[in-house]
Amino acid sequence: MHKLTKAPLALNGLGRCLITEKHLPPVNIIRRGLVCSENRTDCSKTEVYDVIISGGGMVGSAMACSLGMDPNLAGKKILLLEAGHKKVMDRVPDTYSTRVSSISPGSATLLSGIGAWEQVTRMRCKPYKRMQVWDACSDALITFDKEDLLDEMAYIVENDVVVAAITRQLDAMPENVQVKYKTKVVKYTWPMPHHAAESIPWVKVTLANGQTLQTKLLIGADGPNSMVRQKLGIPTVKWNYDQSAVVAVLHLSEPTENNVAWQRFLPTGPIAMLPLSDTESSLVWSTSHHLAEELLVLDEESFVDAINSAFWSNENQSDLVETAGALFRGALSAIMPSAGSPRQLPPSVAGIGPKSRVMFPLGVGHASEYIRHRVALIGDAAHRVHPLAGQGVNLGFGDVACLTHLLSQAAFNGKDLGAIQHLLEYETERQRHNLPMMTAIDLMKRLYSTNAAPAVLLRTFGLQATNMLPTLKEQIMAYASK
Amino acid sequence: MYCNKFGTSLMFGLKGLEATSARGAFQRAAARSGFSWAAVCKQRTLRQRRSACAGMHQTGVRSAVHTTVDPGEVKRFQLLANKWWDEEGEFAALHAMNDLRVPFVRDNLLNAQRERHPGQPLAGLRILDVGCGGGLLSEPLGRLGATVLGIDPVEGSVRIAQLHAAHDPDVRDRVSYRACTLEELAGGGEAQQQPQPEQGVTQFDAVVASEVVEHLADLDTFAICCSRVLKPGGSLFITTLNKTNLSYALAIVVAEQLLHIVPRGTHDWEKFVSPVELERLLESNGFLVQSVQGMLYNPISGAWSWTSNTEINYALHAVKQDDESEDGSTPLGGPR
Repeated sequence: MHKLTKAPLALNGLGRCLITEKHLPPVNIIRRGLVCSENRTDCSKTEVYDVIISGGGMVGSAMACSLGMDPNLAGKKILLLEAGHKKVMDRVPDTYSTRVSSISPGSATLLSGIGAWEQVTRMRCKPYKRMQVWDACSDALITFDKEDLLDEMAYIVENDVVVAAITRQLDAMPENVQVKYKTKVVKYTWPMPHHAAESIPWVKVTLANGQTLQTKLLIGADGPNSMVRQKLGIPTVKWNYDQSAVVAVLHLSEPTENNVAWQRFLPTGPIAMLPLSDTESSLVWSTSHHLAEELLVLDEESFVDAINSAFWSNENQSDLVETAGALFRGALSAIMPSAGSPRQLPPSVAGIGPKSRVMFPLGVGHASEYIRHRVALIGDAAHRVHPLAGQGVNLGFGDVACLTHLLSQAAFNGKDLGAIQHLLEYETERQRHNLPMMTAIDLMKRLYSTNAAPAVLLRTFGLQATNMLPTLKEQIMAYASK
Repeated sequence: MYCNKFGTSLMFGLKGLEATSARGAFQRAAARSGFSWAAVCKQRTLRQRRSACAGMHQTGVRSAVHTTVDPGEVKRFQLLANKWWDEEGEFAALHAMNDLRVPFVRDNLLNAQRERHPGQPLAGLRILDVGCGGGLLSEPLGRLGATVLGIDPVEGSVRIAQLHAAHDPDVRDRVSYRACTLEELAGGGEAQQQPQPEQGVTQFDAVVASEVVEHLADLDTFAICCSRVLKPGGSLFITTLNKTNLSYALAIVVAEQLLHIVPRGTHDWEKFVSPVELERLLESNGFLVQSVQGMLYNPISGAWSWTSNTEINYALHAVKQDDESEDGSTPLGGPR
């Protein structure tokens, strides 16, 4: 298996080299010698880092921490560049932040590996044990839960809490791991694709303050509008969904156990209610730009009504689909009486957190290449997904885990950390995981964006059938919780 | 992989042509790494005077002279020196071989070591890379924390190795190169690090000779010289080609004559050595062979893997026995 994958890897790498390969005649050796000796004084002036990570968000700072803690990478010079200021959280604020993430068990494992998960649980996070997804156009529903509701399916954590927890871990790093806050990169200079002696072989990073740094490997973690990706000219498949997400902190009408993540597919887009505490939940409502703007200016009472009716209303259901769905469900339960799970109803909303209503546009994007010579992209810089499956940051943490593992191995084999082979392995491994996930999420989004009867029937049957097949559901959950 | 040694020995034959044009650059490089052109020249005259150990190297040159050197190929091999570090180029198979040989050296050295240095597992060890070429194996070993000296008779390759190492702060302080032969080193020692003439030469914890011995005629001298530069208990790592019908078919017939992956005349099957023969030879020179493992190259995937079959390529690990006076000193005493 491993061998089979190497051939396309090698071809891929060869292709990359052919594009930019430059042959130098041997007579240039003397000139190279001269140029190099000049460069060398240059080298000693500017520091050469082993890894520079551009972008200190959740994924970028986790990358720095994860590399800094790997025993095989001990002593490697690692630098994290962040344009914003240092986000410290001495005490947890009283109000919840609207930007939350669903952290899968896989991501939690990564975070506990770097010691940040303990900090997160000490600050604030809410596990949920069950997820119910249902359709506004039919009674079809699917529930995902861990057996006997013992294990956590995932955790809802505020992004600020995650960043603060990782920042605290970064502070405790030995001095070979550095962080520069309020630092903007103005220019990247890329090296020749393979080592020609006449030039500096590293990536040069020019900062806004005029300082120039060199690195053997640059990791771009600078978000969906990644400057690293753009400057490299890596083509990106992307489109906007013509949707915006409205987010808010919701106050529930009465305290509940609140350990279920709710998501309903409306013809205009999915609406999700994610648990934050016994009395509060987080709203992520993806809808058309127009509707989103309207929702944003509604008075609080009407906004709360709109949310409740979005979760409870049956106005989009048609009799045909209703009957067909009921028949299909009846047939399925005749075959497998024990499978499936009962429908639950989401809690009703009483109010929203003050000034917590925000909207932002949604889009999807996938970089056709995650790596170039001495550069790797991680997180949203490489892939951006619709929030409906709560996978965005988890795909990013998956990148971190994979790249850390490969770099650790490379270091233990004495390799140049920026060498193309293990970067190609990273790209293949991650694209193999990320692409199916992104395609599935995008398909779901499209399938549920209509109320045309055939599509509704298809998804009704699909959802019901999936709901009856525990093994399939387990596999979906296992894939999503990596 | 198969052509590199040919390239290097050929280039050595041509060094007179090349050396004059490249001397300026080399001096600069030489000055940086702490030894001078004059020192190298001195080494060369030393070599000529030393008849006992010189056999191996001279045959190395002669083997290249034996081949019909046509001007087109000469040009090609001059280019090869620049290609050392092209991971997808002529030396791709050698780059790929690092996936086996670096762990092979590392793990065998770690097995013998008590201390653990996270991040730099080989810290504190001195390794000699014989036939280092462009430094493909010296650099990874240096990155693992070892102090590495790479030697190669081909100045062009050594120069490339020096230039390449100069950029990397992890490597440039720990890896040095010298254009000389093993005999020169074993006989002359390192002048600057030789407090006592007798002990100065036994200074390496490990000697690595990867894809070298199949080009040598006098393996006895090679083993003697290795033993001389090794500390007692030090390790000798060899990777080479077996002397079998299969290796003849693959390395000579397929690679050279049918597929032209390797230029004709690169390898002389007569010089290939079987593991059994190599083991006997090393043991008679005071080494104890620890392990022999087969290596398999997949030309389609470009990857190497370990195999129990030593018919084609194999790797060998031997340890210089502590008690030198019994076996080791007799052959050593001879030439002196």
